[in-house]
Parts: sequence; C-alpha cells; structure tokens
Amino acid sequence: MSSPASGQCAMTASRFAHALLARGHSIRRVFFLDAGVGNGLSTTVFPQDEADRLQPWVELSEQHGVELILCIASALKYGTLDETEAQRHEKAAASVHPAFTVSGLGQLVDAAAASDRLVTFGG
Amino acid sequence: MLDASKTKSLLVVIRHSPYGSSLARASLDVALSAAAFGQPVDLLFSGDGVLQLLQGQQTDAAGVKNIERLLASLPLYDIEQVYVDAEAAARYKLELASAPLPALALDRAAIGELLQRHDHVLGF
Repeated sequence: MSSPASGQCAMTASRFAHALLARGHSIRRVFFLDAGVGNGLSTTVFPQDEADRLQPWVELSEQHGVELILCIASALKYGTLDETEAQRHEKAAASVHPAFTVSGLGQLVDAAAASDRLVTFGG
Repeated sequence: MLDASKTKSLLVVIRHSPYGSSLARASLDVALSAAAFGQPVDLLFSGDGVLQLLQGQQTDAAGVKNIERLLASLPLYDIEQVYVDAEAAARYKLELASAPLPALALDRAAIGELLQRHDHVLGF
C-alpha cells in the first residue's frame, strides 16, 4: 500500500480491518509492502487536527492479536528499522513501533496459502 | 514455515511501469517469493505494466536493478510464461516476440477467465 502520509489508502486499510473484526471475521496477518512499511514507523507525528494513522494498527495488534508484518526488503529501503536491523546496519536508531515485526515475503505467501481471502490495498 | 499441504494459486497483476515506482520491483519480488515457496503463481502485465516486457532495458546509469534481467530469470522459478493484456500491449506497440520471457497476449474475456480461475489475486 501507499505511505500513511499520502492519500487515503492506509486509513482505508486499517478501517477495513477493524470493520472485518467487528463483523466477526478473523484476520490472520497484515503484511506491509513497499511504501506501506511507513505505517510501522513509531516516529511519525501527525497534525493535531488530523487522524492518527498509527494508532488503529497498534490497536489491531494489542486488542485483537493481529500480526503486523513489515517486508524486510522494503523496510530497509524506507529506513523502517527494528533494533536488530539498526544494529546490523550500524544506524543510529530503531524506528519501528513494537507492535510491528520486520520479516520476509514468505510471511505473505504463508498467510495467502492459509487464508480464504487475500485483500490488497494497492498503491 | 509454510505448510506444504496448503497451496493456493496466486495471480499477481502488475500495472506499474518498470522504473516509475518501487512497486514494480516489489510486485515481482512477491511473485518470486510465492514461486520459491512452491505456490502456483501467474503474472499478468496490464496497463503501463506491459512496459516491463520491453527489450533492451539499460539501468546502469539509473543505479537500479534491471527488471528485464529479473524477468528473464523467472523460468528458473518455474514461471515459464507470463500473461499480457493485449489492448495495453497494442497501445504501446510492444513486440511480445522479443520480450525477456514467453508472453501470451490475452483479450478481455480471457483476462476475466484468468482472474476467475485463481484463488487469490494481488494487484499492484
């Protein structure tokens, strides 16, 4: 999906996820690819008169146990690093919110193989 | 990690030109990853995405990986042939015979049938 700072795509995706759970569906995993990894940044600050784009994802993880996975190839390119990757690449700070996990594309393939539906919010 | 008993066919629909957006490369990575994990995967190039099949892509000066070379390697991942939206290929006067790998042009009806027969469709 696109970056949370650009357009409605990311907000639509998180609202859709919450609506699914409210209707009794289950979500196995949310996989963030390309600019979508920006959704996992803990360092974003949204204007006070705009919606917080991070919190809906954090609630999905903390209140509903939904796995939030950032594609590692995209995450590195977009500077979205967890503690391990920041140390491995000798960068000053980790920037990923702890509700998110940095992992590989296999997580998307695995979830697709095990799920009835695969919903994408494309760029 | 992946339970081999569970396979779902995946169609990756690629609408981005090769070097206009990082999604072009990311969508191919998804297809390669699915193939590497033994999932049946097909690719459909549509709209501006058909430009990925152009012959003679030069990327050294741009400092990015060459999509044409990546596409030429798909048969190593058991993706022997890709599908192309015939209308888009015609609009760009694309010579499918010189594409980096075998490419089959499909009309609208055939694209509809292709979408129908896959368990999952991922659009980029």
